Amino acid sequence: MLKNRIIPCLDVKNGRVVKGINFVDLKDAGDPVEQAKIYSDGGADEICFLDITASNENRDTIYDVVEKTSKKCFVPLTVGGGVRSVDDINKLLNCGADKVSMNTAAVENPGVVIDSSKKFGSQCIVVAIDAKKNGDKWEVFTHGGRKNSGFDALEYAKQMEKNGAGELLVTSMDRDGTQVGYDIDLMSKISSKVNIPVIASGGVGNLDHMVDGIKLGKASAVLAASIFHYGKYSVKEAKDYLDSKGIPVRI
Amino acid sequence: MNITIVDYKSGNISSVINSFKEVAKDKVTIEVTSNLNKIKSSDKVVLPGQGSFKSCVDALNKIKGLTDTLNDFAINYKKPLLGICVGLQMFADVGYEETETKGLGWISGKVSKINNQNGNYKLPHIGWNQINIVKDSKIFKDIENNSHMYFVHSYEFLPNDKKVVSATTDYSSNIVCSVEKENIFGTQFHPEKSDKLGLKIIDNFISL
Repeated sequence: MLKNRIIPCLDVKNGRVVKGINFVDLKDAGDPVEQAKIYSDGGADEICFLDITASNENRDTIYDVVEKTSKKCFVPLTVGGGVRSVDDINKLLNCGADKVSMNTAAVENPGVVIDSSKKFGSQCIVVAIDAKKNGDKWEVFTHGGRKNSGFDALEYAKQMEKNGAGELLVTSMDRDGTQVGYDIDLMSKISSKVNIPVIASGGVGNLDHMVDGIKLGKASAVLAASIFHYGKYSVKEAKDYLDSKGIPVRI
Repeated sequence: MNITIVDYKSGNISSVINSFKEVAKDKVTIEVTSNLNKIKSSDKVVLPGQGSFKSCVDALNKIKGLTDTLNDFAINYKKPLLGICVGLQMFADVGYEETETKGLGWISGKVSKINNQNGNYKLPHIGWNQINIVKDSKIFKDIENNSHMYFVHSYEFLPNDKKVVSATTDYSSNIVCSVEKENIFGTQFHPEKSDKLGLKIIDNFISL
């Protein structure tokens, strides 16, 4: 039976982890490789790096991080943030990323999703959808949530599937950072709309939220950052809890 | 001993390279090349594959003499070869992804899209699934039945002779996820991304 995945996400800036595990025994808490290794050894089903490097001159730092991590971690590695072109994707894959996620580029230039999925296969193309509720629908935002594209999130999700995305990483902007739980309505509507897997993101504050994201939100995988970083729960605790609630996980 | 990972310019093979180098350490030389002479002189060959069946077959055929060299290696000289993902699928006679495409024909059968049962099963089949070992395979030494492996694919290999099947996985039906036919091995899952157990399978292949 296919298991639901738990994916810790690390924010990386200028090649350093800015929001990561706060363990006292870490030699270097800013080292993405060390943090990723802790997660993969702890049973993470995948690792996600979100590159939040702001300045263009430091953009290349992520390649070095990916290259080093992929030599130490033998679970899938997804990298997103600032990915603009087929060439960017190619570079990340060559450095050892297994999947690349795109947000702004997928909205502004759908050709990038079409071309890259043809060139590298859908299995490595993830489209990240930042959605914000407006009335009875959700709109897709880009540029780290600063710009409203006006696109309806459900229609957009379907279009991205057609364009060749292999997975959708759906973040509720209303919930992100609130720790009150995923936007279940959004997740389940998108998941029912498309035939590709949906990764739920944004708002997880406890392990019941993960259970809900999978059971009610119909997500194939749940992504979380802060609840793991600040040591509130370990990946293993999360998996044991999900298991106790009857959710299939890899233990 | 030296092992060649065939680099035929299709898809992303860095994870395969990293995992083999991690397992091989200093005891085995890992070459990454499409050089025909190097392939001929290697002890073992790894045939990765990402993207579509058609794109992989096209990429193999683009390198003059590569298919013949691989055929000699696996069929005539019967040296160990491991196909991963589409690398395994290409063992078939024919694949139906994008359009009907002739495969290597090493293990008779076809590659078809997984039946998603009217949308009840999401495709691609992405994530960790358990393998049901149905036959002793040398690459499964010290791998327990029902171990988790990492999958990402939408198409499945349907071999005519079920005796070649060494493991299946349950997703919509019993999908063939590992084959062994004499010196030819293949996994539909990605041992290079399947954590410690995946590395163990790679180690088993290296130690053959």
